[in-house]
Amino acid sequence: MLHEPRATWRALLSIALVTTVAAQAQEGAQISGNFSSDAQYYNEDEDINAVVPPERLSAQGWMNLIYTYKNFEAGGRFESYEPALAGYPAGQPYRGSGVGYRYAKFTVSDLEVTVGNFFEQFGQGMVFRSYEERYLGVDNAMDGVRLRYTPYKGIRLKGVVGRQRFAFDNGFTKGAGVVRGIDAEVSLNELLDSAWTSPNNLTIGGSFVSKFQEDRDPLLVLPQNVGAGALRANYTTPRWNLYSEYAYKINDPSGQNGFIYKPGQALLVNATYSTRGFGASLGAHTFDNMFFQSDRAAPTPFDLNINFLPPLAKQHTYNLPATLYPYATQPNGEVSAQGELFYKWHKGTKLGGKYGTRLALNYSVAYSLDSAATNDLTTTRQGYSTNFFQPGEDLYFQDINIELRKRVSERWELAFSYLNLVYDIDIIQGKPGKPVVHTDIVILEGLYKFNARNSVRFEAQHLSTAQDQGNWVTMLAEFTFSPHWFLAAMDQYNYVTTGETFLEDGKNEVNPNRLHYPIGSVGYIRGGNRFQVNYGRQRAGIFCVGGVCREVPAANGLTLSITSTF
Amino acid sequence: MRSLFLLLLALPFAFPMQAQNLSKLPAATVTTLDGRKVDARTFSNDGKPMIINFWATWCAPCKKELSAIADVYEDWQARTGVKLLAISIDDARSMARVAPYVNGQDWDYEVYLDPNGDLKRALNVNNVPHTFLIDGNGEVVWQHNNYVPGDENQLFKKVLEVAGKK
Repeated sequence: MLHEPRATWRALLSIALVTTVAAQAQEGAQISGNFSSDAQYYNEDEDINAVVPPERLSAQGWMNLIYTYKNFEAGGRFESYEPALAGYPAGQPYRGSGVGYRYAKFTVSDLEVTVGNFFEQFGQGMVFRSYEERYLGVDNAMDGVRLRYTPYKGIRLKGVVGRQRFAFDNGFTKGAGVVRGIDAEVSLNELLDSAWTSPNNLTIGGSFVSKFQEDRDPLLVLPQNVGAGALRANYTTPRWNLYSEYAYKINDPSGQNGFIYKPGQALLVNATYSTRGFGASLGAHTFDNMFFQSDRAAPTPFDLNINFLPPLAKQHTYNLPATLYPYATQPNGEVSAQGELFYKWHKGTKLGGKYGTRLALNYSVAYSLDSAATNDLTTTRQGYSTNFFQPGEDLYFQDINIELRKRVSERWELAFSYLNLVYDIDIIQGKPGKPVVHTDIVILEGLYKFNARNSVRFEAQHLSTAQDQGNWVTMLAEFTFSPHWFLAAMDQYNYVTTGETFLEDGKNEVNPNRLHYPIGSVGYIRGGNRFQVNYGRQRAGIFCVGGVCREVPAANGLTLSITSTF
Repeated sequence: MRSLFLLLLALPFAFPMQAQNLSKLPAATVTTLDGRKVDARTFSNDGKPMIINFWATWCAPCKKELSAIADVYEDWQARTGVKLLAISIDDARSMARVAPYVNGQDWDYEVYLDPNGDLKRALNVNNVPHTFLIDGNGEVVWQHNNYVPGDENQLFKKVLEVAGKK
């Protein structure tokens, strides 16, 4: 199941050697890279059930290097997890030290060739997206060959073949299935050039992706080749942007869908309108049986994903809503919609005042897909029947939020937010039996500038709910001394706990004590280097970047983070 | 496998490189808000300085930085001719929000989408916000990670230096 990339690598290495030797005498070669490292020392802390790994100290880091010379580029990443931080990564464990990524790439006029590892995305990624979120530990890089060809301006063709990164064990390991894909895109504005005099543009595209995995199942006859295709169109005017993509996947029995033979499909539509000082967007999507992994027996939903299904909900930046109740896409079935509005009252108007006022309104909602079980697991194994666009009865998630932001004087800036969430914690976080969480969150943020360089920022957040863990308060103060230093202190206080007051919660898993989670940070930034030290309690929560999240366990201790770009 | 890594490490010492801290913009494609593709190597501001800022709609300090610069951008442009390219790393989840957000904020920047992190990776950005200053020859002369209020003043000082206005 695991494949050593050694042979390909030796070939690449010799190419790189030859090229660099040839480059020796010449100028124009460039090396660049970055480095990131996190180390954490764990204290024991029974009150919060803090995780303490046997090593007591976790240290992980990686360095990327990119070498470029004219039309040639080669790069690699060395990674080390001795051991990985608790809760990292999102999917399969990362262990040991070694090379996690390497590639060579060259461009000859309209053709670009990449051999080794690469990241790529077709359209919005509903049938193919290999990508990385290093701080979450999401990395489904391809290892193989990619071609990008532009036969004519405005026409773009891509082809990929390879296997995906699965885990890391003194080097990256790969999944069992092979992934092949092609994509074509035409941008009329670019293609027709001067013949297209309109400021509008129409881009259309299509892709086909197929995976191969041997069928060794003793009982079921499984498709060894599973194909999926997608079509997309994007029409833009200076004010409007309309986007739609539809994807279809043939039957793909897998661990994530209970080995049913039903095909999958997905539709995504989005419209935005904006002018100076005003922006609005409206989006909807529906997913049915759209898990698409290059190993049908992938151990978790985080592993070996070929596609990417974006959640249609605002990603919050404030600590309580961001880490307690973030939404995650339900690829097996979901119908969701989102509307959003941004408005700026200009300076000098009644509501704008001297500096202007900014408003953001957002509403998002996700339902189950309307479906009925077919009870055919011994015959056709379709699993269920659906009305594709029809929302079901279960409300998974709803978020109504408003934010007002205003600079009130030369020195003061204030922001106020209110959020109302409905959150099916059983479905979204996989906590069976837990009641749906209804919560109100109020946040006040202030920034006071002492002078051109020094300022203090504070946040006061309050979350109230009769479910899950109960009420929380977060207080944060952050002193910043531009351009190099910052100093922050935060406390999260679970001041009404469900263990005390909310017995309907069933099992009393939550510690009934009212708990404080104080944490302090100091940071130093200079150019491309950043150093940060944290000490204190870290609350168990969910850490998200872009469309995916990972769970972070409760911990108490000292963390040192260093990042550098060179 | 390890040998390649050592090789890459040894490369800077093996042959003459360009002057320290100077590097040209890499080959990576980003998308305009109307769906056209642009190669980062073609970014230009006619010999005047250029700021490349990586940000995302879900990144609070990024938005503070771009808002703070927006307040003084007209003045910066009048004095130095500088241009700011705002590269959004929002992925499929939030890239549709970028245009309405940017317009809703009334920002005057050139905005590009980098939904799969191609340019971010090529410029070795670890996290956002991350700001690069490019001189008139298209070379990266200065960079800064993170944002705290007041950082925009330091950035402008560098812009003035690069524009020869100091």
